[in-house]
Amino acid sequence: MTTTPPDTGTTAPGTSVTSSELLSVVASRELAARRAVFAGIGLPTLATELARLTVAPEIEVVYESGVCGAHPSHLPETIADAVLISGAEAVLSMPALFGYVLQGGHIDVGFLGAAQIDRWGNLNTSVIGDWERPEVRLPGSGGAVEVMAGSREVFVVMRRHNPRSFTEFLDFCTTPGPDRALAEGIRPRGAGVTRVITELGVLAREGVGDQLRLVATHPGVTVDQVRAATGWELAVTDRVATVPPPTAAELRLLREDVDPGRVYLR
Amino acid sequence: MERTDTAAGAGVVMSMREAVASFVHDGATVSLEGFTHLVPTAAGHEIIRQGRRDLTVVRMTADIVVDQMIAAGCVSRLVSSFVGNSSAGSLGELRRRIERADPAPLAFEEYSHYGMVCRYLAGAQRLPFYPLRSYGGSDLPGVNSDLRTVTSPYPGPDGEPERIYVVPPVNPDVTIVHAQRADRRGNTQLWGLTGVQAEAVYAADKAIVVVEEVVADAVVRSDPNRTLIPAHAVDAVVVCPRGAHPSFAQGYYDRDNAFYRAWSHISKDPERLREWLREWVYGTEDHAAYVDKLGEEFWAGLAVGEALSEPVDYGRRL
Repeated sequence: MTTTPPDTGTTAPGTSVTSSELLSVVASRELAARRAVFAGIGLPTLATELARLTVAPEIEVVYESGVCGAHPSHLPETIADAVLISGAEAVLSMPALFGYVLQGGHIDVGFLGAAQIDRWGNLNTSVIGDWERPEVRLPGSGGAVEVMAGSREVFVVMRRHNPRSFTEFLDFCTTPGPDRALAEGIRPRGAGVTRVITELGVLAREGVGDQLRLVATHPGVTVDQVRAATGWELAVTDRVATVPPPTAAELRLLREDVDPGRVYLR
Repeated sequence: MERTDTAAGAGVVMSMREAVASFVHDGATVSLEGFTHLVPTAAGHEIIRQGRRDLTVVRMTADIVVDQMIAAGCVSRLVSSFVGNSSAGSLGELRRRIERADPAPLAFEEYSHYGMVCRYLAGAQRLPFYPLRSYGGSDLPGVNSDLRTVTSPYPGPDGEPERIYVVPPVNPDVTIVHAQRADRRGNTQLWGLTGVQAEAVYAADKAIVVVEEVVADAVVRSDPNRTLIPAHAVDAVVVCPRGAHPSFAQGYYDRDNAFYRAWSHISKDPERLREWLREWVYGTEDHAAYVDKLGEEFWAGLAVGEALSEPVDYGRRL
């Protein structure tokens, strides 16, 4: 999808903004004042690198492969790219990364993606259909269960906002938020999902007991459009904001400094 | 399970063919570790060449080599926390087996990454279980009955005893890992992403370490902190340069990202996948032949430049 925000004077004139650019810029702004961020590859890489150049110069990116404080010479293609290791501040084993860093409570924001999300921020990355004989077998948790259980809060970036992905009932709950853990008598640590950034806008959630609500839409997107694209009866905040379009400066940094080879800016 | 060390309490240098023939048996539980770095691909290919059957494969990130072993009919059960082709797409054979039992079913035990790490930690320490703050509210325990809860005998922060999930130990019959270098007895040094290799080796009854090169004892002993797997935990040392392709060996060769992308297409078509196995696995005598077949020009494309660490000073008594 390509979104062309209206010419408000803040966006480079005549520049169309791709969905990847829009999501990366909006996610980067949400990282203001955050320090330790657990990120995968793709849009979170762009968001965290842009945040380092703008709103969060002190950001420390921790990768699932065990790399802390990476200083890559090239934009990494995977979470295990050799360029993440050379020059990094630390490389940890899996027991240290998952046990001490994540479970020990050192991560401020964890980034996750999902095939399906529900109103409480529970996530499915295992199957579409029945687990025993699925229509589509997806990769599964990876470390997502631990990122949700251990991070202070979780941001979810979803390219597609439609009723199949934003669903009343998950086909399978791989990664539960704190509400589901509490219902089972297991004490959760963090707030679960607090932000969902999509091609239509931003959903937010305070923490335990709260459900996702629409807080902002991109220019030109109506609240009704978001309601129609969401598979549950969407809660909407009193005053829905308009997401300020990416500025010329943000786009220049993203295109020229963060991803000049357009590895992820497709 | 008791460890049955070799008499010498250390590994023996042998060929990949000998190591697989000696330690990987039909019906065995085999752990292959290496978190996208140092993936023991060459060992997987030799298991395919020797026609092993009915294996239970334990691997956190089941990726291309696992898809190939499944396609070759070696695997009946998979224990894993991520079944995907890295970030490059799908594993065609694995998906056909799980989605349609085509051409045969595959038993799958699904975990999260830390669940797998804790299984190795319990296995390495011969503990009955290992607790972790995951799975509360997840549907995973509903499909994996080995994810269970215990009540802590100690009061939690609120004074009440807390319930916590636990995972059982895993003690593979054999663990196979790839590393940059070892001495002839198996003191193994690896750097870069070190994953869960040491835990997987200590959890196993037997361990095969595949290395880019065997180095003199003095090289290893100049930097003992880099030895993550000591010789006493190793049964076989196999020298197999470029044995981690298409993954990478930090400081030796880079990742073959093009092959990761290609695998999604190759594996999508069962006939094309079989043809690939015929040409590149059954059609090569060993990994050296596979390396030769790829050609020097290909390997030049994966060459890496130098980035040396500053030497550390261990000191010596005057």
